[in-house]
Amino acid sequence: MPVSVESSSIIYAALKANGVGLVSALPETWLVHLIRMAEEDDAMILVRLAKEEEGVGLSMGAHFAGVRSAMLMQNHGFLAAINGIVSGAQLYRMPLLMLISHRGEFGERDPWQTEGGGVTEHVLRALHIPYLLLESQDHVEHRIRKAIALSQSALRPVALLLCRDLMWED
Amino acid sequence: MRRLDALKAIYPRLEQSVVVTIMGAVAAELQSLGHRPGFFYLQHAMGLASSVGLGIALCRPELRVVVLDGDGSLLMNLGGLTTLARYRPRNLVHIVFDNESLLSVGGFPTATSTGSDLAGIAAASGVPHTTAVTTAADLSAALETAIAARELTTIVVKVDTHYEPPAGAAGFVTDLNLLENRFEFARFLKGREL
Repeated sequence: MPVSVESSSIIYAALKANGVGLVSALPETWLVHLIRMAEEDDAMILVRLAKEEEGVGLSMGAHFAGVRSAMLMQNHGFLAAINGIVSGAQLYRMPLLMLISHRGEFGERDPWQTEGGGVTEHVLRALHIPYLLLESQDHVEHRIRKAIALSQSALRPVALLLCRDLMWED
Repeated sequence: MRRLDALKAIYPRLEQSVVVTIMGAVAAELQSLGHRPGFFYLQHAMGLASSVGLGIALCRPELRVVVLDGDGSLLMNLGGLTTLARYRPRNLVHIVFDNESLLSVGGFPTATSTGSDLAGIAAASGVPHTTAVTTAADLSAALETAIAARELTTIVVKVDTHYEPPAGAAGFVTDLNLLENRFEFARFLKGREL
């Protein structure tokens, strides 16, 4: 499977270096290595979800408990989580770090991913959620660090889009 | 049984716990009995109260967490029951007030009014202990059993659909601001060790 182990390792290391102690996730092809790394890490609380919106509640609970968290999901999972993001995280001024695999962009071969890819950034902007793309390995550490810093200071959701050029080795 | 009477019966235990509630009548009634800094009322994001409780319970195993859920909310996040069951935190008790109604939006009947069995769904999801009660005394006893057993427990409490708003909570809005509650609760947990 040509999902980049190296990029996944760099992303995971950046989450750890920035104090993330709980990860919620729904499996998606590009996230398999990240989820496995969380599973193999005794110091990480991994919560496998039935649906992504639960992850917003998990992250709210983690914040109350004093633990930094991250949500790992595909952009369709982000779309499925929107009510929780708006009426949970935004209403209650919660820091929320969302790592969203950005399927459906240039290079996508799966027809079923293409609609979500086209709307993801528009929806993020409509929700006033600051976001950046992670397109190469040299983006990862400092953008994750800065995203967490803003999320923790603004007490708002932020998103990082995990892009094809970072995650997939054709 | 009125939900308010059920809440009164378990209030002394709730005072000693970290409590996450759903919106609407449950939040208004619990506040009418006396707000505590360890009570968080999730006034929207329907369905996610159990997920918030799970997050706290997993991150802080030394705390005892009680989630006060409802039939309408739980039906919006049935998958969350399978997540609760998967991680089965020993420090979480999940109480579901089932009035067979979406009360706060006008009393529309939910699927529990036509036979859907939330305790059965919780058991089939893998929640290790589930029970259904219809009296305040049985609820109180079930909560004590759950706390003593230190196993994830879902208690479904059948309550009246009829609702009398407590004084000062017209339209379910109380004088406790959402963000005031959120920051007070976070600060409380920061200093809390049980």
